[in-house]
Amino acid sequence: MLPELYNYWVVIVLMMIGFYIVIVQGNLIKKLIGLNIFQTSVFIFYISVGKVADGSAPILAEGVDVYSNPLPHVLILTAIVVGIATMALALALVIRIKNAYGTVEEEELQERDLQC
Amino acid sequence: MLSHLPILQVIVPLLAAPACLLLDRARAAWLFACMASLVSVVISGLLVFQVHQFGVLSYSLGGWDAPWGIEYRIDLLSAYVLLIVSGIGALMILAANTAIRIEIPPERQPLFYVLYLLCLAGLLGIVATGDIFNVFVFLEISSLATYALIAQGQDRRALWAAYQYLIVGTIGATFILIGIGFLYSLTGTLNMQDLSNRLPQLENSATAFTAFAFLMVGVCLKLALFPLHLWLPNAYAYAPSIVTAFLAATATKVAVYLLIRFHFSVFGVGFAASVLPLHSIFLALGLAGVFVASLVAIQQPNVKRLFAYSSVAQIGYMIIGIGIGSATGLQATLLHLFNHALMKGALFLALAAVVFRFGSADIRHFAGLGQRMPWTMAVIVIGGLSLIGVPGTVGFISKWYLVLAAFERDWWPLIIAVLLGSLLAVIYIWRLVEVAYFWKGEDEVCREAPLSLLIPTAILALANIYFGIDTRLPVYLSDSAAQMLFGVSP
Repeated sequence: MLPELYNYWVVIVLMMIGFYIVIVQGNLIKKLIGLNIFQTSVFIFYISVGKVADGSAPILAEGVDVYSNPLPHVLILTAIVVGIATMALALALVIRIKNAYGTVEEEELQERDLQC
Repeated sequence: MLSHLPILQVIVPLLAAPACLLLDRARAAWLFACMASLVSVVISGLLVFQVHQFGVLSYSLGGWDAPWGIEYRIDLLSAYVLLIVSGIGALMILAANTAIRIEIPPERQPLFYVLYLLCLAGLLGIVATGDIFNVFVFLEISSLATYALIAQGQDRRALWAAYQYLIVGTIGATFILIGIGFLYSLTGTLNMQDLSNRLPQLENSATAFTAFAFLMVGVCLKLALFPLHLWLPNAYAYAPSIVTAFLAATATKVAVYLLIRFHFSVFGVGFAASVLPLHSIFLALGLAGVFVASLVAIQQPNVKRLFAYSSVAQIGYMIIGIGIGSATGLQATLLHLFNHALMKGALFLALAAVVFRFGSADIRHFAGLGQRMPWTMAVIVIGGLSLIGVPGTVGFISKWYLVLAAFERDWWPLIIAVLLGSLLAVIYIWRLVEVAYFWKGEDEVCREAPLSLLIPTAILALANIYFGIDTRLPVYLSDSAAQMLFGVSP
């Protein structure tokens, strides 16, 4: 069971690592890295779903009958673009937080808010 | 032209957004954005009329038919929510020109309208589409625009609130993406109609349960169901007032729509009922949300934050309606979608007027406000009465249907709980009224808000009363939509 489904196990492990980082880390940049790992695991999940055993790339060719399903791959291209946009926006927010507060550590942020 | 309405509903604001970017003067951008959002109201009005006349509208994007291409599918439920979202969107933008004058620096004002239209397009898209992956894309369009809009707030805590919402929102959206992936790998389709045909045969598949669980949790994060609501109060409190008003009246409503769409149309009401007591969970979380959020609201010194917590409580009522699990309960939820949009729209717009004069919505600015800004305060009182559920306002109508639904099931404790929840609303509204009318304000001179802000606020306040007395339109639409979702009529 483990060998042929290993990519799904990788997905689960990556997903949990990413999720754990988002929850535990106090540094805003590190949180984003965790979020990125979390999203990437879902990308791998979609790519794995689309793969058909022994299937080739979905391009018509002589002597090939089995093709992988291209649709999940196309879907996940969209999701990757969305992920990049999210990350760019998040990093822009972190830059502005750094300018406004002078720190990117969650605890220090909360302290400085309490002071005023 | 008329047959293209479903796509025009989404594409008009979506294309107007980048066009706004070309207009570098704030006033020109505002006029253009006003026009675009007025057009989308007209379109949604026509859509309601068409669906009423001819039944469900199906539109194949680019001429590719349903299972292969993306289908836009407008039934009564989506037409109803489209009308709410585009109507509120247009009213808010009428007031936006004045409201953002002090809250957003002039050079950033044209960009504000770009974000606003993108957010509107995303929200309309979620409702119009009949394809679950398309839902995810539009969800992210509206969410990304929302994060940027919240970050425009004057207070630096707005940035922190936007960041927190971004983290939570992205996790929610990714959960939805996982759910969609499971559904596709199980059924081989992304079309909601197809899914609803194929899923009943796969009732006992673990993959379907997993997909269901991921989708539900993802959507509940987005709609701020207690205890997943922690992102909401800060985001609402520190965003520019007009953004708060827009989001409070539309964004969570669209998330509730999505919950209803997945739960009732895609999976079917009875799905997973044997393994997961979803309705009892909804009832428990909804009630907990009503009480906890109302109690927290009572202690808030910032009035924007107070109403943000009250929004969490009101979402609780909508979820209770779903949790009752009958057509009447669902109708109460749908009515509350409409009514809550009206009352929170009016309240937050009135707060925008207060912020416009005082620079913040702290409760100490409210001392003596009844004399200084009589119209604004009158709107807050009407909105507050509506929030409590006093007869003659829209709030009463939704509470009435909710109690009716509980009565049908003979659930007396629930009826008492709903009434107790309304009493908590009385406390936080009374606190505001007491400060505004019975406390003496400091002697700073302060005038009523400008008319450009007051008129949209007054329209919403009057709508609160009008639809509280003449309930035909929302009751007809919500009743037909609820019947449709329970499969009584097509």
